[in-house]
Amino acid sequence: MLHFTNVRLIDPEALTDAPGSLTVKAGLIMALGGEPPARARLIDCGGKCLAPGIIDWGVKVGEPGERHRESFRSAGLAAAAGGVTTLIARPDTSPAIDTPEVLEFVTRRAAEAAPVRIRHMAALTKGREGREMTEIGFLRDLGAVAFTDADHVVADTRVLARALVYARSLGALVVGHPQDPGLSRGTSATAGKFSSLRGLPAAPALAERIGLDRDLGMVELTGVRYHADQITTARALPALKRAKANGLDVTAGVSIHHLTLNEFDVGDYRTFFKLTPPLRCEDDRLAVVAAVADGLIDVICSMHTPADEESKRLPFEEAAAGAVALETLLPAAMRLYHAGALSLPQLWRAMALNPAARLGLPQGRLAAGAPADLVLFDPDAPFLLDRSKLHSKSKNTPFDGQRMEGRVLATFVAGKQVHGESL
Amino acid sequence: MTFRARHLLGIEQLTPEDIRTVLDLADRYVELSRRTIKHSDALAGMTQINMFFEASTRTQSSFELAGKRLGADVMNMSMAQSSVKKGETLIDTALTLNAMHPDLLVVRHPASGAVNLLAEKVNCAVLNAGDGRHEHPTQALLDALTIRRAKGRIQRLTVAICGDIAHSRVARSNLILLGKMENHIRLIGPPTLMPPGISEFGCEVCDDMAEGLEGADVVMMLRLQRERMDGGFIPSEREYYHRYGLDAEKLANASPDAIVMHPGPMNRGVEIDGELADDINRSVIQDQVEMGVAVRMACMDLLAQNLRADRGRKATGGVYV
Repeated sequence: MLHFTNVRLIDPEALTDAPGSLTVKAGLIMALGGEPPARARLIDCGGKCLAPGIIDWGVKVGEPGERHRESFRSAGLAAAAGGVTTLIARPDTSPAIDTPEVLEFVTRRAAEAAPVRIRHMAALTKGREGREMTEIGFLRDLGAVAFTDADHVVADTRVLARALVYARSLGALVVGHPQDPGLSRGTSATAGKFSSLRGLPAAPALAERIGLDRDLGMVELTGVRYHADQITTARALPALKRAKANGLDVTAGVSIHHLTLNEFDVGDYRTFFKLTPPLRCEDDRLAVVAAVADGLIDVICSMHTPADEESKRLPFEEAAAGAVALETLLPAAMRLYHAGALSLPQLWRAMALNPAARLGLPQGRLAAGAPADLVLFDPDAPFLLDRSKLHSKSKNTPFDGQRMEGRVLATFVAGKQVHGESL
Repeated sequence: MTFRARHLLGIEQLTPEDIRTVLDLADRYVELSRRTIKHSDALAGMTQINMFFEASTRTQSSFELAGKRLGADVMNMSMAQSSVKKGETLIDTALTLNAMHPDLLVVRHPASGAVNLLAEKVNCAVLNAGDGRHEHPTQALLDALTIRRAKGRIQRLTVAICGDIAHSRVARSNLILLGKMENHIRLIGPPTLMPPGISEFGCEVCDDMAEGLEGADVVMMLRLQRERMDGGFIPSEREYYHRYGLDAEKLANASPDAIVMHPGPMNRGVEIDGELADDINRSVIQDQVEMGVAVRMACMDLLAQNLRADRGRKATGGVYV
């Protein structure tokens, strides 16, 4: 039994950030406030923050196929160090997680190797090729929490309609990547002055809205439960708002990088800033931050995508896209907090409460009876990020060498400490 | 003299003074190149490697000749048939070459930014001979020299750049250079061949040729980049020639003493009328080729001077001598 005292409790449900205490028993949160029970181990938190562990939706782990980039072990350690207690893995592996056999394999590997909880999404179509739906029923029975082809867009609307109707009949959640496949094919930047100056092939920001509009039409057609993985542009927001107002079962996420960086950060062809979708202009970034604040965008995720040095040390167009972020998600989110853009409870609503609720997980809340998946952190602790110190096997972070604030002091999964100095 | 750059990666990094320094020196190299004995020792003993990842005849031979006239040992590497085909990465190729101690590395590559990446990994002067759709700085400088010699100045001119702007590094570099030198720039071409965000570059954009050429002092034609066309930018070559090909009739809209330029190689009958291209009263296309060698001599001379000074400083422990 643990009793945290002298602590700032970040409650994303009540949207409060207030001093208090919290008791953990048998892997669950037993009580908030109140006196320490007899025999409980007292943990004086020195006024630091205690929040639900982060639920990071959309993490690429390199198993199967690319274990040299990231294994369940290394991803799990990085997650624990970053205050992430549940990571939702993507199926864009090699081969894709598109059969019950592969799903069983990764489920077993993840449980053996990682100190945090790992849940899996499965592919929506076989091989993520957009031709035939996967065995959604079997995969769901084996615990797939959602179905997605990750950054592959199912271009054939007939195939998509069938997969979505089938998924709806099972109550399965489908995650889409709103992007027009034609406009974005072969591009590595957002169209505008910057991409033209750098001579990079670019897709217009509106390609996202066009993709989202199509997906929302498909949701209306099929009635499926739908989540857009990343909404990163201002002009996609009204479409999302309208869909929610019309009662479609739709939610949306955004990656931490699109909330904290813009296209100018690419600078002189820095490939660690090459992402999918590409970084946007500053106006888009501000609009998306505001959409998280007012709840239009539901989820903040890391879009953790490990890439090794070889695949990044190439000309920008040829380099791999994506960045590691399990460990930098929380300190990067603190930039938004310190800038006054989002409060801590608002951040945890998007990083824990909403993703858990959408995926049907019992975590993400500070409430009696909820699993004691917790992160203790100091939002003000400054440090210089050194990518060689990251736990991920791949070190492709855009924050390398940057000043950050916000350090994870301890991470707990089911009441058991999995990271930090012994308290 | 103000030219302090270590590499020539783009016009973007140059100041107007840098540009003038290059052009002034290039003027002297034009004179040298017109003599029977066209030799200087500016690069004597130095090694120049031309590394072309994209096929090129004109630019590569221009750089080769420039290096030889300055006394450098010049080696050409045609990367299209080399270890790159065997899967070697750009960085590894650069490191391999670096171990051979070149002093000047001239690079052309199909990807934007590839030359910048390479410049970070080698300890010699790198000259960008064209990277993707990004920059082609020596082309813009030779165009500037041609204009300055024909018009007597490189300021306050109205310059029309016509054709496939979107895929053109020549347009990109010229746009930056002519902007830095305070000229009025018009871009003419079908909207499908205009890069996004172009209106923010401080130039006029026209999709009508006659309107765009109105009163222009310089008409710069671009090659229709057939090999870059992944389809569907224009309906057909004949419609393109009809609307955007330069002929005497369209040129009549420009200033009566306007000069016609083209970076070559030309597609006669696609973007420019064959007779007009050969009209010695209007076309300066052959001059551009001549200026090309002189400008490249000037750039390599200046970079070599900086390289020597840099190495001298290192040899004396960072003390300026």
